[in-house]
Amino acid sequence: MAGLTLSNVTVRYGGVRSLDDVSMAFERGVCGLIGPNGAGKTTTFNVLSGFTVAATGSAELDGMDLLRVAPHRRARLGLRRSFQQEQVIRALSAYDNVRLVAEHTRSALTSVGRALDYVGLARAERLGSELTLLERRLVEIARCIVGQPRLVLLDEPAAGLDPTESERLLKLITGIPDEVGALVLLVDHDMDLVRAACGTVAVLDFGKLIAFGSTHEVLASAQVRRAYLGVEDDEESAC
Amino acid sequence: MSPQSVASNRTRGLITGVALAVLAVVLVPSLPGIGAGLGLRTLTVAVIYSLAAASAGVLYGRLGLVSIMQVGLVAVGGWTTLRLHYATGLPFEVVLLLAALVTAVVGTVVSLPALRLSGLSLAITTLMIAGALEVIVRYTGFPNGGPGFVGRDATGSGSTMPRPSLGQDDQTYFRYVAVVVIVVLVLLWWLLASRPGRAWAAIRQGDAGAMASGINTTAYRVLALAVTSAVTGVAGALLAANSGVLDPVSFKAQQSVLLFATVLIAGAFSLAGAVIGGLFFYWVPQLLNTWGVDGNLVFVILGLGTVQAITTAPHGIAGQLENLSSALRSRTGRRVEES
Repeated sequence: MAGLTLSNVTVRYGGVRSLDDVSMAFERGVCGLIGPNGAGKTTTFNVLSGFTVAATGSAELDGMDLLRVAPHRRARLGLRRSFQQEQVIRALSAYDNVRLVAEHTRSALTSVGRALDYVGLARAERLGSELTLLERRLVEIARCIVGQPRLVLLDEPAAGLDPTESERLLKLITGIPDEVGALVLLVDHDMDLVRAACGTVAVLDFGKLIAFGSTHEVLASAQVRRAYLGVEDDEESAC
Repeated sequence: MSPQSVASNRTRGLITGVALAVLAVVLVPSLPGIGAGLGLRTLTVAVIYSLAAASAGVLYGRLGLVSIMQVGLVAVGGWTTLRLHYATGLPFEVVLLLAALVTAVVGTVVSLPALRLSGLSLAITTLMIAGALEVIVRYTGFPNGGPGFVGRDATGSGSTMPRPSLGQDDQTYFRYVAVVVIVVLVLLWWLLASRPGRAWAAIRQGDAGAMASGINTTAYRVLALAVTSAVTGVAGALLAANSGVLDPVSFKAQQSVLLFATVLIAGAFSLAGAVIGGLFFYWVPQLLNTWGVDGNLVFVILGLGTVQAITTAPHGIAGQLENLSSALRSRTGRRVEES
């Protein structure tokens, strides 16, 4: 099946279940993964990236069993990821930051220029240490779309940006599926961003999947509003 | 944005560095007071140690690995060179390459248990390895043409290894050493500017980000250990050929600590820092002795310098010189525009 399918994924840290028998499937476009702190969003990304080992369950990307592959080899299968704390390499130029992903995923170097053009980063010869936060976030997006990505995991890509900068990033994120044909999974606490970017949303709470479906319906559901948005049924929703 | 413009910036730096190095190689032997005798021999050893400094600098500056065993690996390179010379009689250049290879293997194998370590744990582990190498070298001594595996004649009547045919006297050997050091540093520069260098930089930034970029972090760490050990092995070979004999007292574990301190002060993030580090490590103490100042004063200088480097100048002297050069360039550029 095309897209990403998680089946019965459980992650345990001692007696705590960070993910508890989670099953969900994302097919295309930009999809959201939301929930309060400690819900298991980043754990889900870590399982997909190979940094955390799932006790049980499987994850298939376009029919390939992702969890059996070594973490660094998953990039070659088309997995890309950004982090809450951006990981732009300070000692390398912006160009080389993107280039190293291309060369370690056996992608054409021409895709580096395309990725940088897409995010609109000027003077890519500058070192990572010379870039502003917005520019570093743009480099991370470029690193995520270089080559032929199948799945792009974005972990709070707009963290620390002002509303204008977030708006620019939103346009880039929503354009990724059309630009490179990848499925985008977005984790963010900014509900305006999630609402504007995501067609489908999954909600986690204490490691359990509590809602899944179209963004509009999920964010309107009473259970989600109670668990995540902290809104009572009779209050007016901020959605 | 083209890859050419990124590469041309790097190449400009390399050409400047090599031009300065060649100028120094030509001029230094002619300088009064330095260009002959003890001064030149001291400078030769200092230039050799710049390779050991470069290897520590690459590990720290590019991978964030604090390795405090480089002087121990210099001893391994020197021991292998002397042993291979007496066992095979091969030309020095071949022995040098083999010594680099053997040191790469030894350096990688002894470091394997430390692969999953970083920070203080790695520093202490590598310091212990340096201590072990010191004990082994003190026990076996350096080969001097004697019998058996260790090749040592304990009566002290052993021979010395001759210098290579292209560097028989002090002046020509200084130039020989300088050329080898320049070639090795250029090769290191090329490595740092290419795929392995980018992967190492990613590892320094963070393992998670590096793995997410498709980098096999273990393989690239092993490659870094092999390459830097080989470079240190070349230093050992050049040191062995310099005097023909080696003394275990020169390879104490504490020397590795001093070398790492000089790398911090000189600048771990550039190869120019390596050259400055070599000078600091070996030339400055000898220079102080020549001036009648106690050479141990260097411990105080290095201590203060390390504090200064860590607190205010993480890129070391090389970084400060680079900043100065950039400031001068931009000021000159402004003047040209104004005129």
